[in-house]
Amino acid sequence: MSGARPLNPTVWLGVPMVACIGATVLLSAPLRVWGLQLPEPVFAMVPAFAWALIRPSILAPFAILLLGLFLDVFWGGPTGLWGLSLLLGYAVVLLFRNMMTGQSQPILWGWFAAITALSMAAGYLFTMLDSLAMPSLLAVFWQFLATTVLFPFAYHLIDRFEDADVRFR
Amino acid sequence: MPFREGPLGDLKVPLTWTAAVALVVAAVIAVAFLLADRRETLQEQAYGVTRQTMDTVAKPVSGAIAAPGRWTGLGVDYVRSYFFTASENRRLKAEMAEMRQWRDRALALQDQNDRFRSLLGLRTDPPIPMTAARVVSDSRGPFANTRLADAGSERGVEVGNPVLNERGLVGRVVGVAKGASRVLLLTDIASRTPVMIDRTNARAILTGDGGPNPKLDYLRGVDPIQQGDRVVTSGDGGVVPRGLPVGAAVKGLDGRWRVVLFADQSSIDYVRILLFKDFAQLADQKQLETHSLPPVTTEDPQASILSNPTPPPQAPPPAATTTAPKPVATAPTPSVKPAPAQTASAKPAAAKPATPTEPPR
Repeated sequence: MSGARPLNPTVWLGVPMVACIGATVLLSAPLRVWGLQLPEPVFAMVPAFAWALIRPSILAPFAILLLGLFLDVFWGGPTGLWGLSLLLGYAVVLLFRNMMTGQSQPILWGWFAAITALSMAAGYLFTMLDSLAMPSLLAVFWQFLATTVLFPFAYHLIDRFEDADVRFR
Repeated sequence: MPFREGPLGDLKVPLTWTAAVALVVAAVIAVAFLLADRRETLQEQAYGVTRQTMDTVAKPVSGAIAAPGRWTGLGVDYVRSYFFTASENRRLKAEMAEMRQWRDRALALQDQNDRFRSLLGLRTDPPIPMTAARVVSDSRGPFANTRLADAGSERGVEVGNPVLNERGLVGRVVGVAKGASRVLLLTDIASRTPVMIDRTNARAILTGDGGPNPKLDYLRGVDPIQQGDRVVTSGDGGVVPRGLPVGAAVKGLDGRWRVVLFADQSSIDYVRILLFKDFAQLADQKQLETHSLPPVTTEDPQASILSNPTPPPQAPPPAATTTAPKPVATAPTPSVKPAPAQTASAKPAAAKPATPTEPPR
């Protein structure tokens, strides 16, 4: 049972959570570079993708929910919007994790983009229902693009913890 | 007794299933939060304690993070002004010469305007106090466009106060905590602002959609707008004062009229919060409620066609005639005493001194 080494939740859940919160706060600074605003990627998408791929967990969905609620309150959006959108992405990754594990980096990047698109589509739909108005597709696309380039962080997280518990390989 | 030694010690639940159950529970909680959210109502009560606490905590943290960026910007401005002093001086001189003409014209128009106002007896709007604030964080996503300003309830900021920078309207306050206030930008999907086209006075509703250029909805009138028209607030509904600059009209790629916001043309770190109240709120409500109304007179039941349709009623004695044709003449004179034969309902009206006061405007 040497392979059944349980992961320390503080390390694989707590540290990425704090890192996501820190990065989100950092990029919310009201700065403009050559008249352009800073991008606003959804950093929480990185752990939502990676945690589901590393192993099924009871704590991870609640950690994602907390991250989503933080984003909603910090950004001033409707409460529960990002929590629900991220959980939807997490659920899909969990469903298809057998197909995704062991894939090469470019393929996983494609999966990450697809899951990000799904979560943002869900956010679009929930916002439509909540505000009874259609958000700008261009604005959604820019945020999708800014989030997709975060895949290396997700890959690093997967690479770091995927083999830690061989029961879930 | 440890759990493993008990009768349920051998019970094994697959982690995948327990993880799925945890996922469903978390999703249900998220749905409950989303259904309970009342952000779009933009009411003071909808901005809960959690959001207030988050804003209070985020203000110093975001302020500290934004400080190096602000200092860098100031440094770059200093260096730029050092190297481009001559060209800037030429530009400012040309601008100054143009502004002098505008100043003379503005003074003449102000004088003319004052005379017209005195002729018409117009009551001018009271001056609006304001407070300056620094923006410490800024969310720019498609689903939420807000800013956190470092002035809150201690400076008299209230929910609904309009927020401007030096160029134009930025948004309005949707949440206030101690030391911080949350500003909903005009570009947010929940933002609706009554505006008008300056040239034609055509009314519209400025509707945010998460993009940089909000839409003009419900635009009325025949040919009400042209490319480049100036858009200002209309003041309808008393949400924001009339005449605040908003932006310039442009035709969007989707064929809809949109607005390029003036506020986007300048730096976004400092704003002014207008401590504006609707003029109806400024009026003395007590005085509005206590003014005396014209007397109420009742119809003579004898004269009613419903109570006695067949025989025509006999004329009542002159002492009791405070009914239909008379009250208008008798009501405004306070010296009229009630006749002894008057009906009960007519008594207080006739007894009350009818001195209607003009309600304050």
